[in-house]
Amino acid sequence: MNAAVLAAAVPARPVNGAALAVLIVIFVLVALMGFLAARWRVKPAERGLKSLDEWGLGGRGFGNWVTWFLLGGDLYTAYTFIAVPAAIWSTGAVTGFFAVPYTIVLYPIVFLLMARLWSVSHRHGFVTPADFVGGRYGSKALTTAVAVTGIVATMPYIALQLVGIKAVLEVLGLGNASNPFLADLPLIIAFVVLAAYTYTAGLRAPAMIAVVKDLLIYIVIIVAIIWLPSHLGGWGQIFDVAEKKMAVTNPATGNPVGSVIPGAASYSAYWTLALGSAMALFMYPHSITGVLATKSRNTIRRNAVVLPLYSVVLGLLALLGYVAIKAGTVPVGANGVINPQLVVPQLFLDNFPGWFAGIALAAIAVGALVPAAIMSIAASNLFTRNIYRDLIRPDATPAQEARVSKITSLVVKLGALVFVLAMDQSAAINMQLLGGIWILQTFPSIVAGLYTRWFHRRALLLGWAVGIGYGTIAAYNVINPATHAHFGGSIATIPFTNIPIYIAITAFAINAVVSVLFTLVFRAAKVKDGTDITTANDYGADEHDPKVAKVTAEEKLLEPAPEAPIL
Amino acid sequence: MSTSDAPTRGPARRLPYVVAGVLLAVAIVAPLLVPLYARTDPRLYGMPFFYWYQILSVFIEALILWAVYLIVTREDTRRRAAVRDLPPTRSADDATGVTS
Repeated sequence: MNAAVLAAAVPARPVNGAALAVLIVIFVLVALMGFLAARWRVKPAERGLKSLDEWGLGGRGFGNWVTWFLLGGDLYTAYTFIAVPAAIWSTGAVTGFFAVPYTIVLYPIVFLLMARLWSVSHRHGFVTPADFVGGRYGSKALTTAVAVTGIVATMPYIALQLVGIKAVLEVLGLGNASNPFLADLPLIIAFVVLAAYTYTAGLRAPAMIAVVKDLLIYIVIIVAIIWLPSHLGGWGQIFDVAEKKMAVTNPATGNPVGSVIPGAASYSAYWTLALGSAMALFMYPHSITGVLATKSRNTIRRNAVVLPLYSVVLGLLALLGYVAIKAGTVPVGANGVINPQLVVPQLFLDNFPGWFAGIALAAIAVGALVPAAIMSIAASNLFTRNIYRDLIRPDATPAQEARVSKITSLVVKLGALVFVLAMDQSAAINMQLLGGIWILQTFPSIVAGLYTRWFHRRALLLGWAVGIGYGTIAAYNVINPATHAHFGGSIATIPFTNIPIYIAITAFAINAVVSVLFTLVFRAAKVKDGTDITTANDYGADEHDPKVAKVTAEEKLLEPAPEAPIL
Repeated sequence: MSTSDAPTRGPARRLPYVVAGVLLAVAIVAPLLVPLYARTDPRLYGMPFFYWYQILSVFIEALILWAVYLIVTREDTRRRAAVRDLPPTRSADDATGVTS
């Protein structure tokens, strides 16, 4: 590309002093809040956060407001804020703007499913989605499959948050140093501080920081979306210029670069990307952690009504991709090559005074710290509850669980850091793409279980395996037309047809069919099924309904031991 | 029978859940019907329909969910009150099979 060649002649970018100063001040304030959060709404007896309920779920007491900020920070990650406008800037609507219907369709699904998951988890003290699957199906294999899928899918997601911070630092002119260690030092410092306050304060740290991050994001977006278009000649002109860019023929494919309005051929890709991503998002452990940290059954439902406000912000932010085309933003990386992911940070730096650009960049960087913290906590909880406790130390005490989880959170973050520093950035993006396909394969086990116990545990495991197998192979076979690399995208045709759709949806359909068919087969063959420790009443329980552990303890005091097991 | 199986809610009435279910189905399906909104005109302040409609539909969606919330919580409150007046028995939730 000639643009890249042109860019290579540009000298190393200067450091913007004002923007950097604002970024550092906000980062230090946020770090202080992170450490202070260790004592936020903690009863004196609970100091030190010596159980997973306290460390990993913030005491299970977040109300409407905290949950709104926490989930907003958790779901709308910095990477989304970087990658969605980047996709719009490069290829237009289909690969980028689907994020808006995705985050619309998301909330009816959340409304439907998550109150039931909250209730059953409240009654039984479940901390992770795999805990629920274990309680419902009584299958160690299925529990482990769900837990491992969750951990593996979350790791690259954390790495991508680092990619988001890196984009901000790169635009600011850090990361140019010839010494690779010095170039990465700001990122390493940011992550060590993050790891330290997550270790100390657990989920309370991101919950508190999310408030700051969200307010910053809202201010920045409202200013940008009002000021930039009026400064650049209005939306009409912005879209005209964007249409011209998208109509240019891409030499690698012979087709136009992209489209501003999706053509009929990409309708199915557009809606399956939206639906598949929406179904997958609340299977991710970090989303479920946010749900289980709430105080009552209806907190998540009330939030499903007001969380879409963030989708408006996301939609406006996506449009900044087109704004950047009109503004002539040139996102050049530290290595002199065009990197679309730098487009939004660069747009702010070019068009606003240094201090305001600093606030915008800080909002993105802090926006990476919040989900990175929650994701590492969620992955650690999965490891602790469903691998350490279920498979290695069944008699682990709550204090031991909390200790293992805290240490695991450090390991998880270190892993993500190494991932980003040692490997090519595209490795993280490929893994994240696969992660989305994989995590959707836990949907039948988790969601069907909320409504019915009809499915056989072994059929669900088989469906999961087939779905993951198909999804991985299909994603591998997508070739990038420009670079000829594998994992070139997440769209493939449905087998035996020529309809291109999101691979995760095809894999999910195969998974569901296998689960149904083999449930029938295993039931007919009378293959032994696991025990279900939940009852119909658990799925409607609210905060004042007693927890099962408490009830059974009282029963033991009141009644003689029952002859048959209670459940 | 044991107290750990005491019902948390009384039996459900079908109508509120049917209405809520239909509204939720509309809320899920409508944003996925791409041909309905994949068009340029009418523009709003120069912005193609495709974009302003989808951003606007976020607000419509929020209103639908608010209505569903009111319907479901009202029925939920009634079901909870129904159990509190009765002595704990096993019958309620298991018998109906209707769930929210």
